[in-house]
This record gives sequence, C-alpha cells and structure tokens, in this order.
Amino acid sequence: MKITFVLNGIKKEIDAAPDRRVVDILREDLGLTGTKEGCGAGECGACTILVGDEPRLSCLMLAAQLEGLNITTVEGLSKDGELHTLQQAFAGSGAVQCGFCTPGMLMTALAFLKKNPHPDRAAIREALSGNLCRCTGYQKIIDAVETAARTLSGKENS
Amino acid sequence: MRSVYLPGNWTELWEYLARNPRALLYAGGTDLLLKVRTGKVDPVALICLERIEEMKGVTESADAIRLGACTTLAVLLDHPLLQKHFPVLIKALRELGSPLIRRMGTIGGNICNASPAGDTLPPLYILGAEVELKTGSTLRTLPVSGFIRGPGLTQLQPGEIMSAVVLKKQPDYNISHFEKVGLRKALACSVVSMAAVLTLSPDGIIGKTRLAWGSIGPTIVTSPDVEDLLTGKKLTPEVLQAAAGIIRQELSPLDDLRAEADYRRDVAGNLLLRLADYR
Repeated sequence: MKITFVLNGIKKEIDAAPDRRVVDILREDLGLTGTKEGCGAGECGACTILVGDEPRLSCLMLAAQLEGLNITTVEGLSKDGELHTLQQAFAGSGAVQCGFCTPGMLMTALAFLKKNPHPDRAAIREALSGNLCRCTGYQKIIDAVETAARTLSGKENS
Repeated sequence: MRSVYLPGNWTELWEYLARNPRALLYAGGTDLLLKVRTGKVDPVALICLERIEEMKGVTESADAIRLGACTTLAVLLDHPLLQKHFPVLIKALRELGSPLIRRMGTIGGNICNASPAGDTLPPLYILGAEVELKTGSTLRTLPVSGFIRGPGLTQLQPGEIMSAVVLKKQPDYNISHFEKVGLRKALACSVVSMAAVLTLSPDGIIGKTRLAWGSIGPTIVTSPDVEDLLTGKKLTPEVLQAAAGIIRQELSPLDDLRAEADYRRDVAGNLLLRLADYR
C-alpha cells in the first residue's frame, strides 16, 4: 500500500506491506540504520523514534500506522553537519559505550527535555527507565541529559 | 501480507468488522503484535484502534468516572481525576511497563489481554470496575472480575468490543496501596503484586477494606476471609501477620520462569505486612 508521512522534515511516499514493522521500514527499506532493534518486544527502547513530539517504539508499530504522521529518527537530530546539543552532551560526557542504546536514549531524552526543560536526576532516571543500556552506563547518560538541559536552557536565555 | 486497517470512528470500525469478521483488534499493540510476530496468532487482517478518538478520554459524572477503552496508560497516569479519586490505580500505573509502554498501551488492552500479571487488574478488581462491551448499537456491562475468565480468556463475544471502563467514586477509602515485586524496577513483569484500599479511622481501626493479588493465580485473587479478618480490627503487625497466614493458605500459585510457587506464596503474605506503614 502507498503510505505518505513526514520523515525528518521531508515528505515521503513509500510503497510497503501494511503489516511491516516501522523499524524494518526505516532500517531496511529506507536505509536509516540509526534506529536499532534490540529485543523486538518493547522491552529495551533501542528502536525509539518520535511521532510528533512523543517517543514511540518502532518495533511495535506497523507501516499502516505511519500514514500522515510526522516521524523523527536519530538521523534527524543533527543540522547542517553539526550534532544536536544532546548528541554533543552524550559524546562529551562519555555516555556512549557500545552505542547500541544511544539512538533510543537520545530520542527519549529529546522528547523529555521538551516537556521538562529543568529536570532533576530522579526525573531523568524515570523518563529513561524504558531504555536499557546493557553496558550499564546509566550514570553518564544521566550526566549527559543534565548537561544538555543546562546548555539548552542557557541558549534560551541568551 | 495481511491488511491493517485504521478506522477513524465507530461507524468505520463496524463496517470493516462486518466485512472482515476474523480480523483481530489492537490498540497499543504492545501484546498482540508480539504474538503475531512470534506466530502465536496468525490473523488474516488487523484493525488498529488508535485513531478512534471516541474511544479515548476520561469523563466524570456525579458518582463515576468513565475511561475510554483506548485511553493510553500514560494519559491515565497524568490525569487529575484519577489522581483525585483512584490513587490505588495511579500507583499501579506508575509501576506498569515503562514510560514508552505506557504511552502505547491502553486500559482496554490491559484488561482484554487478561494476563494474570496485568498491573491495572488488582486495582480495578478492588474498585469494583465495570467494563462496557459494544456490538453495533447494543451495549452490555460486566464487572471486570466477571469479564476475565482465565489467562488470556475473557467474556468478549465475536464482534464485541470493549468501549469503556467505569469506576464508581469511592470517597470512603482513605488508604490506597499498591506494591509490585518484579525482577527489576522498570520493564519487568510482576512476580507478585498486591493492591489494597482501606478505610482507617483516626484511632487505627480498619473499616471497609478490599484487597487483591496479581500474578499468583490464573486470574486476580481476592480473599473475603482476609477482608473479614481485617474488618473492625486495629491495624497492627500482629493482625496483618494473621491475615498473611490466611492468604498463604488459600493460594495455589504458579511456578513459572519468573518465580517458584513457594516464593510467590511467601511474598503474597509479606506484601500484606507493608500495610503496617500506614499506621
């Protein structure tokens, strides 16, 4: 079936089986391999994408559900070759170990910071509790989100 | 390849269902899509309910709150009416899955999936929740405890769809408690859970009380004997110990991947002891 949606700011029309998973459309059909598949069962968060401003699990969404939606994947974060503040904070804080959970962490954290620009560590922990890091680098991931929150609110004030 | 249809309203849903009576329905997809992927079910067609706005939302009447079946668990968790009237349900929602799962999963889905480990079920049982079931223009209402028949089994008839959950306001209860024991804090299926609501007098006497346990039987477990024992007693560790003894005797828990039966039986009793914190 023909499916029309917006992907990282660009209108896309694709022809796909309606019951194909969104994570497979992104990775296999569209070549956007930033979105990862970990468990394929909604338990790890590696496949998190944004639908509008809300994080969703792309392993539990079917192609037909994409119709008319505005989707952002990790590939949509950097602008003009420059990493997003959140990506810079992850790199700067040592929050990336094997990197497999990073795209999902980034998308969840991005949506969270939009709603909660000044979070404390407990709130960040709770917000990221659906994203697993099997390198267990949680402290530095939380450091990174804190740093990004500070940088982003500084940008607002300047 | 199977077709996936996203009706925008009830009328479109009934029309599609009439033409495709064997299609399976999903709301968030957090359970059904896994079963499809692993081949446990192989539906000819799927119907996704997420675009039917009429099935979503929370509305208040004089004595009850009505939750649209396709309201997401995240919306319910953040809802002021639920926070005000049903704190026991809020406490359970906070423990359910993860923020990502709660944003996709719905209250109707958690009930219709009828898992013994469904985290909203113990609170819904003790709050006396009723479910509305629709077929075309006919509507019937059942208590949630009668609706669920066993693991994955419900009273839903072919072509029947859960439209809402109705909760009567219960101003008497001043203590609302939920605790879930799982293998980790987030994203873990419950090993044993317990929900409780109590009316506790200023001098510590238990008035009306309802309790329910999850994940320790084929469906949610309630115990009139435990409730009778607690009613009229002072809330003390000794009384709770006696109640814990009763529930341990009454249970015949499951052995499964997550825990053995003996462990579940012990924990089910121990969870009662936590109520001493409310003295």
